[in-house]
Amino acid sequence: MRPSVQEMIAQSRGKRNKKVIEKIIPIILFLIASVSVLTSIGIVLTLIFETITFFTRVPFFDFITGTTWLPFSNNEAQFGIWPLIIGTLKITVIAIIVAVPIGISAAIYLSEYASENVRRVVKPVLEVLAGVPTIVYGFFALTFVTPVLQAVFPEIKIFNAISPGIVVGIMIIPMIASLSEDAMSSVPKSIREGALAMGSTKFEVAWKITMPAALSGIVASVVLAVSRAIGETMIVSLAAGSTPRFDGDFTGSIQTMTAYIVQVSKGDAGYGTTIYYSIYAVGFTLFLFTMAMNILAGYVSKRFREEY
Amino acid sequence: MRYIEQQTVVKRMNGRLIANAIFKYIFLAATLLALLALVILLYRIVTQGAGYLSIDFLTNFASRFPDQAGIKAALVGSLWLMTVVAPTSIILGVGSAIYLEEYAKQNHITSFIRMNISNLAGVPSVVFGLLGLTIFVRAMALGNSILAAGFTMSLLILPVIIVASQEAIRAVPGELRDASYGMGATKWQTILKIILPAAIPGILTGSILALSRAIGETAPLIVIGVPVIIQFLPEGVLDTFTALPMQIYDWSSRPQQEFQAVAAAGIIVLMAVLLFMNSIAVIIRNKFDKRY
Repeated sequence: MRPSVQEMIAQSRGKRNKKVIEKIIPIILFLIASVSVLTSIGIVLTLIFETITFFTRVPFFDFITGTTWLPFSNNEAQFGIWPLIIGTLKITVIAIIVAVPIGISAAIYLSEYASENVRRVVKPVLEVLAGVPTIVYGFFALTFVTPVLQAVFPEIKIFNAISPGIVVGIMIIPMIASLSEDAMSSVPKSIREGALAMGSTKFEVAWKITMPAALSGIVASVVLAVSRAIGETMIVSLAAGSTPRFDGDFTGSIQTMTAYIVQVSKGDAGYGTTIYYSIYAVGFTLFLFTMAMNILAGYVSKRFREEY
Repeated sequence: MRYIEQQTVVKRMNGRLIANAIFKYIFLAATLLALLALVILLYRIVTQGAGYLSIDFLTNFASRFPDQAGIKAALVGSLWLMTVVAPTSIILGVGSAIYLEEYAKQNHITSFIRMNISNLAGVPSVVFGLLGLTIFVRAMALGNSILAAGFTMSLLILPVIIVASQEAIRAVPGELRDASYGMGATKWQTILKIILPAAIPGILTGSILALSRAIGETAPLIVIGVPVIIQFLPEGVLDTFTALPMQIYDWSSRPQQEFQAVAAAGIIVLMAVLLFMNSIAVIIRNKFDKRY
């Protein structure tokens, strides 16, 4: 005869190992969950320690105020970070000029004008743009966008800031479009309908009702996109060149923080050389820039969120 | 008291309607422009690379001569990389998600972990490369092996998998949990036999999308020091290797015009792998899309 349910419960309650499992599992899972925290700590400690080593050889003051980046010079290497920051900003500015109008326009179209069916097709297709590997974008910038630009403006060099800037912009369009669309879609229908009932056109609703209401989400999406543009690596290392420069020229070769790290990593800088440590100092600067952007995005979306 | 004068409204209406129509087409044009960029990108790559795509291209090693160059080492290397990244990142990601959704109490530690995960997602991949170089390549002395690169990539995509798994677990309705507890099941039994099976489609979809990101990432591999010219296949996870995006990067940064076509052919292979993975994700989502 099979044991009754009561007996089975009593039996299983007696099993010691079940209790042990129930106690051990949460501990194991907690340890697993702390890997992500350890990763962050690892990143910060790695960057700090190697950067400190770098600053024992290169004065901190020279690094943050210097306007000449000449690490490979034989006579006297110079490590002034500003040319790399300027290069990064050039790319970011162009990317934003390209991506913000297009991204937000696409978001308005999808959330205010497009039918449900159109949105259901277009949004995932736009997100395909976000899934394209950045190496593919870099190749596209180098072999398509640059030649096209050169055909129109002959003074543009093969390596320049404009072409990778545009392509980084294309890369972050889906991010802005998708996140802004989410923010605008979550504005309640009743507010829109109220405005429409008062005789507003759809454009007036989008411009004067939905956009202001979703502003925190839209701003946060733009800030996140800026962070992505700052940290973008492959497009700039393929198409922007490797000339760190401290000027306002967009048509010639530049260098960004990320591209410098790649350039050094590729060239086998000997372990322990000043150049080797310099990639950590540059990485740390880059990390601070993107971290500031990410925190700002989180703050904006939390602080200025409209509650309905 | 002033009322709205109908005449004024009617007089201004035309301009407002025209503005509405114009802006509608501006917004539509912006959307189409973004889609057009995608079409041009794909069209360019296919027309450039299709000529170089052949069986030889898939079975040859890299070469100095464009017409003999092949992608075999990179393709096999990327598959090897996935054998490390997939189990590592999925175990870590799903484990973290289960902890955060099912066990974690609402306290400072938990909210710190959550905040940390969202910040980690915003760290540039090249910085993860620096982490991998210091911890895995140097400190743990793994060299530029599959294991070192795999661990680095796993940490890179970890936030994506955690968030996707959290959403999948959260979507499992509370009634299922209550029913399971009501039958006398313990917490772990409920998680293992009720919640995870129900959440697996969502977890898998998110994981595959995260893995396809890992396949396309280049920057961390360069920083770790993964070589390009490799004339042999790896035999274990401690061997050195090369991967698809590394090979493409090398070809596209060469000055000879022919190598651009070779790079485009490599990109077609990479995109085919990604498309294959994405379609698996879509199939899983459609097949198991249960509504409770």
